Amino acid sequence: MSGRENGSVSAERDTALAAYTLRLGDDALVASHRLAELAARGPQLEEDVALANISLDLLGQARSLLTYAGSLEERLTGVLRTEDDLAYLRDEDQFANCRLVELPNTDFAYTVARQLLFSAYQFELYTALAGSADETLAGIAGKAVKEVAYHRDHASGWTVRLGDGTEESSERMAAALEAAWPYTAELFTSDAVFRSVAASGLGADPPDLRPAWDVFVDGVLAEAGLARPEVPPITGPAGMGGRQGVHTEAFGYLLAEMQHLHRSHPGAAW
Amino acid sequence: MADQPLWEVFVRARRGLSHVHVGSLHAADAEHALRNARDLYTRRQEGVSVWVVPAASISASAPEDKDAFFDPAEDKVYRHPTFYPVPEGVEHL
Repeated sequence: MSGRENGSVSAERDTALAAYTLRLGDDALVASHRLAELAARGPQLEEDVALANISLDLLGQARSLLTYAGSLEERLTGVLRTEDDLAYLRDEDQFANCRLVELPNTDFAYTVARQLLFSAYQFELYTALAGSADETLAGIAGKAVKEVAYHRDHASGWTVRLGDGTEESSERMAAALEAAWPYTAELFTSDAVFRSVAASGLGADPPDLRPAWDVFVDGVLAEAGLARPEVPPITGPAGMGGRQGVHTEAFGYLLAEMQHLHRSHPGAAW
Repeated sequence: MADQPLWEVFVRARRGLSHVHVGSLHAADAEHALRNARDLYTRRQEGVSVWVVPAASISASAPEDKDAFFDPAEDKVYRHPTFYPVPEGVEHL
């Protein structure tokens, strides 16, 4: 094999790894922001702090992942984008997060449903990534998996409490799950980027994460006395979704709030 | 959720120390109280173990009994372990 071919194979691998890391970082960032919106607005003081803790865990993951994505990108393009550039200076269609994490906090059950489905996904993802051939990703995932184990436990506890609670709490929990469910298919949809990082042992192919996720989520739903929603996936135009930069209507409003300060006062610091 | 009972929280900072009362919180049941305690009182690495106790289960001395309960110990210096030397290197005493 000639040197040029080696170079192009490695460039393709690096391109996929950068795109993959950006997706993981965007997932964590947007999930973090949705929870941060509830700071000082939680259903009780104790839960307010719990949600803020989880939000901060996710923000820490987002910072590590976006910083790493920026440095991988720099190797390819020669231009560095910092974590702040990536978080605050990209527009909606440049974000590659799954749409599940951007769903609004319609009521507390919606927050719980989103957190249950997402943290169960992140748990399987980080468990797999802890064995990544990429040392940086393996390190980030190894630390994050402990955090996410608690996020999953927290959301499971609330799902059972609400699902197996009063008639009203059970109805609300079921409604919230049904609203979030159509966006779970996207978590397990593969494409060229995912297949590339999986083939090179750097990342996980989403469909491989599904069986364990199914077992866990089904177990929680059974304990909560809730049925697994029977609703079809929602996809954007031409089958595209968050990974391709096609987001839900609510996402633009989320970004407007998240990015406003940085864009109005570039470089603002505490 | 304001009607949830009150729980008292005890945290052990590290192995070898005893659990110390750190505060209270509201929770629906013991499992919920433990999780709330973890989120409220151990977020800065304060502990390695947490106890939660229903506040209603705690019997407390009454403030008006203070004189009868505690003042008589005031002049009993011989009850303090100060009449023998403490060996060097003994911690947490």
